[in-house]
Amino acid sequence: MSPDAVVIGAGLAGLTAGVRLAEAGVRTTLVAKGPGATHLAPATIDVLGYAPDLVERPAAALPSFAEERPDHPYARLSPETVAASADWLREHVPTLAYVGTIEENLLLPTAVGVPKPSAFVPEAMAAGDLRSGGRFVFAGLRALKDFYPAYLADNLSQAKLPTGVTVEARAVHLTDPGTEADVSPLGYARMFEDPEFRTVVAAELLPRLEPGESVGFPTVLGLKEHRATWLELQERLGRPAFEVPTLPPSVAGIRLFHDLRDAFVRAGGRFVIGSTAVGAGSKGGVVEHVVIQTAAARPTPVEARWFVLATGGFAEGAIFLDSYGEVHESVFGLAVSGVPAAGEPRFVPRYFDDQPMARAGIAVDERLRPVDAEGNVAFDNLFAAGAALGGAEPWRELSGNGLALASGFAVASGIVEGAS
Amino acid sequence: MDTMEWVRGSLDHCVKCTICETFCPVSNVTPLFPGPKYVGPQLERFRTDDGSPDASLDYCSGCGICTTVCPQGVKIAEINSQARAKMKARRGVPLRDRIIARPSAMGKVGTPLAPIANWFLKNRAFRWLVERTLRVHRKAPMPLFAGRTFQSWARRHPPLTTATKAVVYFHGCSANHFEPGVAQMAVAVLEHNGYRVIVPRQDCCGLPLQSNGLFDDARRYVRKLARNLEPYARRGYDIVATSTSCGLMLKREAREILDLEDDEDLRTVSAHMFDICEFLLNLHERGELRTDFRPLEMRVPYHAPCQQRGHGIGKPALELFDLIPGLEVVDSDVECCGVAGTYGLKTEKYDIAMEVGAPLFRQVTEVATDVAACDSETCRWQITKATGVPSVHPVELLYRAYGLA
Repeated sequence: MSPDAVVIGAGLAGLTAGVRLAEAGVRTTLVAKGPGATHLAPATIDVLGYAPDLVERPAAALPSFAEERPDHPYARLSPETVAASADWLREHVPTLAYVGTIEENLLLPTAVGVPKPSAFVPEAMAAGDLRSGGRFVFAGLRALKDFYPAYLADNLSQAKLPTGVTVEARAVHLTDPGTEADVSPLGYARMFEDPEFRTVVAAELLPRLEPGESVGFPTVLGLKEHRATWLELQERLGRPAFEVPTLPPSVAGIRLFHDLRDAFVRAGGRFVIGSTAVGAGSKGGVVEHVVIQTAAARPTPVEARWFVLATGGFAEGAIFLDSYGEVHESVFGLAVSGVPAAGEPRFVPRYFDDQPMARAGIAVDERLRPVDAEGNVAFDNLFAAGAALGGAEPWRELSGNGLALASGFAVASGIVEGAS
Repeated sequence: MDTMEWVRGSLDHCVKCTICETFCPVSNVTPLFPGPKYVGPQLERFRTDDGSPDASLDYCSGCGICTTVCPQGVKIAEINSQARAKMKARRGVPLRDRIIARPSAMGKVGTPLAPIANWFLKNRAFRWLVERTLRVHRKAPMPLFAGRTFQSWARRHPPLTTATKAVVYFHGCSANHFEPGVAQMAVAVLEHNGYRVIVPRQDCCGLPLQSNGLFDDARRYVRKLARNLEPYARRGYDIVATSTSCGLMLKREAREILDLEDDEDLRTVSAHMFDICEFLLNLHERGELRTDFRPLEMRVPYHAPCQQRGHGIGKPALELFDLIPGLEVVDSDVECCGVAGTYGLKTEKYDIAMEVGAPLFRQVTEVATDVAACDSETCRWQITKATGVPSVHPVELLYRAYGLA
């Protein structure tokens, strides 16, 4: 009765692989130390934003992008796979109801007023698309720190848009009746689910709106009741209302996490959070089990036929640099590719410069199985997805969620096809 | 490095991602507790032997969810427990906290006097008086004494003669003094599966003392308990617990919070501890669990308590429930019932605990046709008190479905 598949990691890659496997009838256990980047990132599916210039049409840009970068995960993930994974996500995350296509990027404002390219976005963010220009007003909330609508609007008014259109943006500051000095985006999301609170907000906002303006809120319009909350507020305001991503916690990402976790459990998956995969056992090039550290002082081996490594990269501690300068992968001890050779600089002083270590990660074959420096498959039944994959610089390319989603999707396809 | 140091040192892994704060049930309802990240890894840097910069620490309920969900492995709840104990040591621990933290001592006094003690516990004037004098809220859930301990039942209970295997049962204080029925049902379910159930003499695990900052007393209790259980663990017996929070205390919390990582007895016991649902599901995975379940036609809300989730084993009760025909179980997605052991009993925290639990209480009321299920005793009492819906340990549903009633 051990599971057929074990997925390690509960970020977008792990959840996607887990839900797809469970729904395909593969008995799946998902183990994670904690939730992943869903809770931090805006929940937009950024496929390819910069290569290195601004990408307007990801589907058109991806083939040459991948060709020029044979070590990039997109060299293993076709635009068709990326598009199919987005279609899949749209069906599985009804709370966010993703819109967009891989053919073109929307340009959404960030919290600091930078137009950011994304291919697939939650429906409630779509009205913030800046490509056609327009008039926007951004609403700040009294006790929400780290969201300054005047700063946002000012930067946005000066932003150069590729289409040559201009954006008129201004800010309003709301003074809700609360007394707390510091409310998180999640706290406001819960408050917005209360119709009375929305009444107060709408009453304060309506007289201050000018004709033709769309209203941008921080991403706080409800949690579980997000769609109803957003739609009802939009109706009250009589004009498009949209959400702008905030600093963490990401309420949109939490909605994404909830929908995928619920889908996984509904499909019969076993969801284990709070335990760490600390090692694995293998025989003849096949992983036999992973070792889980639960609360008890004993190792818990979990056997399965297939294993998915979706533990993340450096930021998640899944790939780490030890004090001898060696780079390791934490569960299977996999070879890490893209590490500068001994004696070569690993880092350069300026943070935003091209860091030699930036693309370090797990190299994979066509089926997303980890390989060593010579291209030999590490284990026949081990697959990798998400930020563990080397060769990418998601923060520079704006490709993080695109890679996580498509690789989690593809890994599950590979396993399901192999099983049948 | 001693435990305190590596537990405290784990704060350096905090990347301020705020994931713990999105889960914290307390900071989500009251500004009195500014959240685990702020109070834990951030403020800990400013704490010295002379004091803590923020008394809000006292409003952490100790549910431990922050540690369970931290993707960086920061021991947030443990850091806060240790800091709270130091703060209480400096400021003095209220008499109330010294009393409610000793369930086995209360049980020893209350059990022989059960009818009188229970009359007082049910008496509104007495509860009012207790609230005024001790600051235990008059509406807080309070268990009644069973009058006869599980230990005395177990001593007279004939061992299963047909057993082919044996298991040790750690029942905890509450099953001994307040809910011996839970323990008897656990024994019946284990025996039904062919186990001889060994019930060693045992006292409190020290968890309530630990949560109330009385670390020295907690250490004495848990070390003694570990000493009593260790000989069985050493001989290879598995130890099962129906009290999921006390089981977690023996698995991990005592070692990490009370700085007992080097206690060999405790480590050996931890290596053999199983939550009863974890144990039974393992049996099922090996094809050894009897599945002669009769239908239970009811809809049951299930709440996995914070401490159950701290085991890091998923929710085995749900998979066991799946084996029972007719039983429809709705898993609560609410983080916490609010009570967190003794937190919700305290007058100044009662309202917070009730607000934390409010979404759960709504779900329980909406879903339950007969009973609610929950692995932890104090959470069951809280749910029952708040909703009027009787709350049972998952093992009771297995017991009923096996037709052992």
